[in-house]
Amino acid sequence: MAKENAILKEDSFIFKRILFSFNVLLLVLLGAIFITLFVFSIPAIKKFGLSFLVNTTWDPVIGEFGALPFIVGTVLTSFIALFLSIPFSFSVSIFLTEYFPSGRLSNLLTSALELLAGIPSIIYGMWGLFILAPVIRELQIKLGLPPYGVGIFTASIVLTLMIIPYSSSISREVISLVPNDLKEAAYSLGATKYEVIKKVIFPYSSSGIFAGLLLSLGRALGETMAVTMVIGNSYFLPKNIFSPAHTIASIIANEFTEATDPVYTSALIELGMILFVITFIFSLIGRIIVKKFTVGEE
Amino acid sequence: MNFPKSKLERKIFINIIKEKIFFLIIFIFSITVIFLVLIILFYIFKKGIANINIDLFIHNPKPTGEPGGGVLNAIVGSLILVFFASLFAIPIGVMAGIYLADAKKSKFIDTIRLFVDVLQSVPSIVIGIVVYGWLVVPMRSFSAISGSVALAIMMLPVIIKNTEETLKLIPYSIKEAAYALGVPYYKIIFKVVLPCGISGIVTGIIVALARIIGETAPLLFTAFGNHFFSTSLLKPIEAIPHIIFKYATSPYEDWQNIAWGASLLLVIFVLSLNFLSKVVLKKWKVKF
Amino acid sequence: MESQVLNPILDVENLNVFYGDFKALSHVSVKFYENKVHAIMGPSGCGKSTMIRCFNRMHELTPGVRVEGRILLHGEDLLTLNPMIVRRRTGMVFQKPNPFPNMSIYDNVIAGYKLNGVHLKRSEADDIVEDSLKKAGLWNEVKDKLFKRGTFLSGGQQQRLCIARALALHPEVLLLDEPTSSLDPKSTAHIEELIVQLKNNVTIIIVTHNIGQAGRVSDFTAFMYLGELIEYGPTEKVFTVPSDKRTEEYLGGKFG
Repeated sequence: MAKENAILKEDSFIFKRILFSFNVLLLVLLGAIFITLFVFSIPAIKKFGLSFLVNTTWDPVIGEFGALPFIVGTVLTSFIALFLSIPFSFSVSIFLTEYFPSGRLSNLLTSALELLAGIPSIIYGMWGLFILAPVIRELQIKLGLPPYGVGIFTASIVLTLMIIPYSSSISREVISLVPNDLKEAAYSLGATKYEVIKKVIFPYSSSGIFAGLLLSLGRALGETMAVTMVIGNSYFLPKNIFSPAHTIASIIANEFTEATDPVYTSALIELGMILFVITFIFSLIGRIIVKKFTVGEE
Repeated sequence: MNFPKSKLERKIFINIIKEKIFFLIIFIFSITVIFLVLIILFYIFKKGIANINIDLFIHNPKPTGEPGGGVLNAIVGSLILVFFASLFAIPIGVMAGIYLADAKKSKFIDTIRLFVDVLQSVPSIVIGIVVYGWLVVPMRSFSAISGSVALAIMMLPVIIKNTEETLKLIPYSIKEAAYALGVPYYKIIFKVVLPCGISGIVTGIIVALARIIGETAPLLFTAFGNHFFSTSLLKPIEAIPHIIFKYATSPYEDWQNIAWGASLLLVIFVLSLNFLSKVVLKKWKVKF
Repeated sequence: MESQVLNPILDVENLNVFYGDFKALSHVSVKFYENKVHAIMGPSGCGKSTMIRCFNRMHELTPGVRVEGRILLHGEDLLTLNPMIVRRRTGMVFQKPNPFPNMSIYDNVIAGYKLNGVHLKRSEADDIVEDSLKKAGLWNEVKDKLFKRGTFLSGGQQQRLCIARALALHPEVLLLDEPTSSLDPKSTAHIEELIVQLKNNVTIIIVTHNIGQAGRVSDFTAFMYLGELIEYGPTEKVFTVPSDKRTEEYLGGKFG
């Protein structure tokens, strides 16, 4: 009997070890991603050092690689998209938590958000390239700008659509954690919904909403296909928000398989490493805040 | 005691008006989101229906300049890529999820949970580069298998999270009952825990499939795409989202039309998977 | 002293409340009188909370709720007024003390003004805070730490802070929804004393599932059961010679 027990225990132990090892594998995976990116970036890092980040010339023919135009392109598209998405995701999360937590309208909006989240990136690219870009071209003609159609602004609009469901789902989750008794207390004092949202819900959930913005920004920064199709592929620093440009992700997507020179490939991988590190930091901070927020409520 | 009643009531009156304006703004923005979705879907369906036909499913791409052709090679390629990605990701993801659901609270476990979330937000293009470094460089060739590995990495966090969250909901008393009967741990997992959580786990897998079937970026430098029909794991292979990208950005109008047809195909496929995941969650749900 | 005329302040006429298909209140008609304490008692789920939540339109925060009938506040049907105005005129204190965690004690008392965006002069605010905290019997305990967070107080003190917060808006009716159910016996006694004192300032309606509490603090008592008002009258009469058998059984401890 004792022996049997020991065998059983041994069994559980081995099985638990196996399960455990899969988790370790996961940590190894993240570490390996970084190390791989770093190792492949070494030739470019050695050759260009920190000037890689501030140099504005990207010319594979003469072998000069500066990442600044793409960093600027990435930051511009992502921040414009984040900025444009805020009124939508804020409205949607308030709509679904405070005004219509259930019912037909709520179901309709929830399904719309699910559809928006489910549509693949490449489809947004198709829509942006063939439907949105011509509209933007008209707009540019009216504004007296060069009518590219594609460019930073077009990419930003497409990104906006893509991050709305993401950021609204996070802020919705965070807002729904505001204790009901605080809201009731405020209502019982004659406060309107607007005042309750502004003075009770918002102060209470602001850190969580901020985390949601960080995570959405991280997502926008790394988005590849849709942006690649509508960004306009330009090596130069964008002149205005309608200029064609490149983001880090789009230049990698466009040129990686064409890069024949080892330093060229290495420069592109270094871009990938920069992208990885930035999104890693953003999502780490965002997740930690969200986690603290939700645990604090339990 | 003076009490600023009139001041208060006037303010409340103003607030009521402010609230109405606020609601109007919230309402307009929210409804706009619904309209945006409808507009996007409208164009995809309009352009897609005009270009979808039986040729799409039964023909391979024709050489440049020749009219007609389909995306059969991409459909088969996508299925192969997704199948092998699932083969890698499902066992690892489910196992890792089981462990996390059962693990005692510790710093290490919290870190893993955090990193699962972080892994989910690694840009897909970065995963493409990394798998290129791991498999394509040593094998000296783009290959279907490397594409599957890249997609598997993208599936992992979705499966792990869904598995963990589903299994956490199973009351400890059920496991306790099994323990009390002298059942060893691994048998409890396979005979009690997994059957109870099956709906959530399958849902997680379907959601993960819906996510990767439309992924293009990780395939660019791994599966690479192939103009011809191929089922070999060691050779480049075509995929639906990749052929859409290639054709949409080409200068030929008939290729662009094929891209629209393929887009509709992909959207219908992804949306059906999402719908299926909901049905599974509802129908297979085990009540405690 | 109990011989003065009774002035009805809140007059409920044939009130029906539905949650979807479920009828939570059925044909309730009842009058509440100025400067009296009214207790509403009954087993849980009898509709007593639902009823007082209608008195300041808090029921509207629950989706799918429907109300029929009239509730006259000084002769005006409050179901036709704007809910914000109604809530200003009827204060409410909840089961669990709920001071705003991000505000000091001082700010919590004038939260009704702050939330509504009313700018008070410093002296005005000071007066209101002192007056309300004195009425709530909390002034002496907190006058030296007015700018500390309200959440540092004990449960009983927090509940009195919530009473002060409601009183600061000079409500005509103060609604107390089981205000002592989460408090220890000593804090409960303190609140009960306070309620008796407060009736000189404001009409009080208290929902309680504690029969003893109803007997100790109220002038009038209502007994509700399964959404119906079974019995209503002067507390002494309801407790000594109840006219309905169900009231008698409840007072005898036969319901939960």
